[in-house]
Amino acid sequence: MTRYLVGRIGQLVLVLFGVSVIVFFTMHVLPGDVATLLLGERATLAQLASLRHQLGLDQPIFIQYFYFLLQVLQGDFGMSLRSNHAALADVLVAFPVTLQLALAALALAVVIGVPVGIIAGTRPSGLLDNLLMTATLFGVSMPIFWLGLMLLLLFGGLLGWLPIGGLMPTGLDAPRVTGMTVIDSLISGRPHLIWESLRYLTLPAVTLATIPLAMIARITRSEMLAMGSLDHVRTARAKGMPERRVILRHILRNALIPVVTVIGLQLGLLLSGAVLTETIFSLPGLGRLMVDSILSRDYPVVQAGALFIAFVFVLVNLVVDLTYGLLDPRIRRS
Amino acid sequence: MTTETVQVLSPTRKPLGVRRVLRRISARVGLLITVVFLLLTVLAPLVAPYDPYDQDLSSALSPPSWIHWLGADQYGRDMLSRVLYGTRTALLAVVVADGLALVAGCTLGLLAGFFGGWVEAVIMRIVDMVLAFPYLLLALIIVAALGPGLTNSMIAIGIVYTPQYARLLRGQVLAVRQADYVRASRALGASRLRLMLRHVLPNSVTPILVMATLQAGSVVVETAGLSFLGLGAQPPSPDWGALLADGQSYFLTAWWIATFPGLAIFLVVLGFNLLGDALRDHFDPRRTA
Repeated sequence: MTRYLVGRIGQLVLVLFGVSVIVFFTMHVLPGDVATLLLGERATLAQLASLRHQLGLDQPIFIQYFYFLLQVLQGDFGMSLRSNHAALADVLVAFPVTLQLALAALALAVVIGVPVGIIAGTRPSGLLDNLLMTATLFGVSMPIFWLGLMLLLLFGGLLGWLPIGGLMPTGLDAPRVTGMTVIDSLISGRPHLIWESLRYLTLPAVTLATIPLAMIARITRSEMLAMGSLDHVRTARAKGMPERRVILRHILRNALIPVVTVIGLQLGLLLSGAVLTETIFSLPGLGRLMVDSILSRDYPVVQAGALFIAFVFVLVNLVVDLTYGLLDPRIRRS
Repeated sequence: MTTETVQVLSPTRKPLGVRRVLRRISARVGLLITVVFLLLTVLAPLVAPYDPYDQDLSSALSPPSWIHWLGADQYGRDMLSRVLYGTRTALLAVVVADGLALVAGCTLGLLAGFFGGWVEAVIMRIVDMVLAFPYLLLALIIVAALGPGLTNSMIAIGIVYTPQYARLLRGQVLAVRQADYVRASRALGASRLRLMLRHVLPNSVTPILVMATLQAGSVVVETAGLSFLGLGAQPPSPDWGALLADGQSYFLTAWWIATFPGLAIFLVVLGFNLLGDALRDHFDPRRTA
């Protein structure tokens, strides 16, 4: 197990190195001059040359990458061109907002998606199965930025039940501990804050959960069906084992392994989706920060954000791989 | 001396079986939606009641009516015409981005699978690294480097989807290249290029077609998503994502601006998904279960 873990962490480092290469070379090799960007079109040639020298841009590209890597290893991505804060600090401030949103969406998707898949998978081709699978197909096909707007229109605009954007009501904030409003409100122990933080989280989380929920339900159903036809399940039924036990012990447990993979893979989808969801609901998360930084060409923040997201992504994939062992003793033994 | 011609026959490939695929209602609905949108792409100038760029400030923000069936936007432009013309951008994105991903991915997958060794190692490690990124974020980074715009956003999405095709085709090639007919052809002196293009590629292509159909829907969503964020098609282009972004500012007062372009995206994606699902089930019956 230790050898496996060390191997996987080695792979993780390798992937991160590759990602740093992709991010650096995408930003530096493709057209566009950082010095012109920083100084503006009116800068003189001498000013541009001086800044290029100062930033090391006159060095060969591989030397530039080497210095970039050295700085990154020390957690230094440079200063944000917009906020003048350290780029990584901006990313770390925005991340909890995205993490809270992604976790809430994932929780909704799993809590609803898995039971929906089980219900559909235990009644194949029945009316309920057809209804649920049609609903999930609609869910998979839904552009979330449109769904978000429609939910806002209905629940925020027409019915007025839920707020139409932001993290908390203006002037009402729990003291920042984790940066996640719900957790911070819970820590503060004030029920009013907890209630408000949940109200503000509901629509973004539901919006972001739709596609993962549909995908988790579909994969759970198809795995339930595949596992249900195996010999050991038939044997269990032939022995007279109650159907409930057959489903829970023999079908579901085996069906869950690919489901866990899909749940892990959803994180990438959630991080992507968070960009759009945060835009619709005006949330100051990492996705929105990335888009704003791209639009204002704040490259240090883009690089810091991209590497940070890749790091989180590969870390989650590692955790998902390790959970297989908990679900499947064969993997644990091997 | 007689010259003996030996012909190496590939195994009979599973026919596309259009009728069998279309036996399912969902497949027929999917095909119908896709065909209607394809027709609208061509016929947009004929069926659109107005020019999509024509401004009429007296009709600004007017709700759906007999004059403007889907209402008008903040500049009085007819939403129906703009949504209809938006079909062109969406399907152009499918052709360019999905096409780019397909050609680049298949080339890489074919090379990796066929040659193996260091060629495969290099290609597949790069593929793994690209897959380590969430799609939209990688597309964002590429657009950041290339600059916002429809062409660049389509290129970005094409690059992002390339690894999936590469990985899928490599797997197919690995399975096919050991087949008897490929070995026989190699023994008869067929060149590597002929082996790849004549025997390996045609026998690996079916899953690629299924993937291309399923990816088409995602490409439409991702391209519209980039436009929605202001990184794809730029105003006043009638792109569905850009129309939705316009509508976001007015969604409480003029719901129709955001509603109909989004509905169009949803329908097209649903069409591609239904068709893709049916093709996948046809070629891989295990998944129908």
